[in-house]
Amino acid sequence: MSAALDAPERPAVPATFRNVSTARKVKNQAATVLVTLAFLVALVPLVWLLVSVLIKGVPAIVSADWWTRSLSGVTPDEVRGGVYHAIVGTLVQALIAGIIAVPVGILAAVYLVEYGRGRLAKITSFMVDILSGVPSIVAALFIFALFISIGGLSQSGFLVGLALVLLMLPVVIRNTEEMLQLVPDELREASYALGIPKWKTILRIVLPTALSGTVTGVMLAFARVMGETAPVLVLVGYARAINFNPFEGNQASLPLLIYTELSTNPSAAGQLRIWGGALTLILIVMVFQLAASVISRYSAISK
Amino acid sequence: MAKRLDLKDVDIYYGDFHAVQNVNLSVPPRSVTSFIGPSGCGKSTVLRTLNRMHEEIPGARVEGQIQLDGEDIYARGSDAVAVRRTIGMVFQRPNPFPTMSIRDNVVAGLKLQGVRDKKKLDEVCEASLRGANLWKEVSGRLDKPGGGLSGGQQQRLCIARAIAVQPDVLLMDEPCSALDPISTLAIEDLIGDLKKDYTIVIVTHNMQQAARVSDQTAFFNLEATGKPGHLVEIDDTEKIFSNPTERETEDYISGRFG
Repeated sequence: MSAALDAPERPAVPATFRNVSTARKVKNQAATVLVTLAFLVALVPLVWLLVSVLIKGVPAIVSADWWTRSLSGVTPDEVRGGVYHAIVGTLVQALIAGIIAVPVGILAAVYLVEYGRGRLAKITSFMVDILSGVPSIVAALFIFALFISIGGLSQSGFLVGLALVLLMLPVVIRNTEEMLQLVPDELREASYALGIPKWKTILRIVLPTALSGTVTGVMLAFARVMGETAPVLVLVGYARAINFNPFEGNQASLPLLIYTELSTNPSAAGQLRIWGGALTLILIVMVFQLAASVISRYSAISK
Repeated sequence: MAKRLDLKDVDIYYGDFHAVQNVNLSVPPRSVTSFIGPSGCGKSTVLRTLNRMHEEIPGARVEGQIQLDGEDIYARGSDAVAVRRTIGMVFQRPNPFPTMSIRDNVVAGLKLQGVRDKKKLDEVCEASLRGANLWKEVSGRLDKPGGGLSGGQQQRLCIARAIAVQPDVLLMDEPCSALDPISTLAIEDLIGDLKKDYTIVIVTHNMQQAARVSDQTAFFNLEATGKPGHLVEIDDTEKIFSNPTERETEDYISGRFG
């Protein structure tokens, strides 16, 4: 107590920082509640979807056959076989799209960012914008008209891949473009000042700096096109057996398998396959997205 | 192999804009020349034309002659890439390559010019880092990314990278403006050492720095915004800061500017 008595008496300080008006407090609380509610509302369909796919799909995918066998020789109401044939088809068709769309997309982005000045660049950029707004059914019908109606080819997984190119290209271009623009001009200047030619600067300085973001974007583009349904409905027939050859014959894919089972097979086994197929597709897409983040983390570290 | 730089009747344009007017000056080998002047007077622009870096800006062009030991760097058939191998540059903000280790940063110029010999690269790496007074600080972590160094160390790394390609001339565009006083001192000491082997041109906003590091000083000014910048005078640093010929220069260095 004596310490308190010894202390000189301080003048009363007005509580400047505690004087918050009630109206402001209420508004603050209301806003917090509102955004939290909005977040929860947005979360509901996501969680609902994920949970129901998990509950109904897990029983289908836990068997080893699911991942290693096709539906060849399996009757519609039989709980047997697997979706290996559809996984193969999905991956093969996405791979075809990637082989074409990734290099073309990255090079186009390099052109737009590093070289593009004047009209050609503007037109290209405008076309990419239009392409990114094209619905997948339109892309599919375009390929159908060009290669099947005019070209006289028959349906195949390869044509699906071509339609997916149209959907993948704008995603790859836009993303790579953004990543290249993030590379500071100072790095380009530093490289030029060392007497390094422009093409080498792009290849050895700019692209490696933008690599992680570019790879992530490519992975996300893959993830996006693998779930596309319109191209597989229009451009290829469903096959219950494994077909590695995208140039000949029918080829299944996960969206096509789901659609086919849904429209032709009302049995319990069919229902199980639909949910299993959906879960498998989600898992594959997730693997790609995880791979994207892992790759981006590793490539950010210099060798 | 330091070389001499001569500018003869140099005019610089950005499109229609006349940025710098009629510059005549000479930079003797193994010396430091500083460019001072208010913002917008064109000193950085002049510096960037000395190794054709301004060509990266669309519409920029140069009239007149810029000679390196008598050879016009803008002569027909002369290649900007070759010019930049001879005339190196250090920038305002340290810009090490973020994807590369310290070692790879230093030898980036040689490596990307096609030198594969690992022993030679290691030698150049050490010599350049020693030349930039950085060897002692980083010799134990050459494989770590260059971005992990402090700002001053990064700038010295950039200087090491610039001298690794053994240029004849080293241009510095406000190399200390992003650094603290201690790092600035380290760079200034380094400039004093580098002068023995290189011709150095440095742009600086810091007049004390110009007085400390340079042998001769060029003062640039502009009459008004939108008018071209011009060289007011160039003389021995001591004379510029004690007894300049032009009234304009005296006003600027004594702070009675504008």
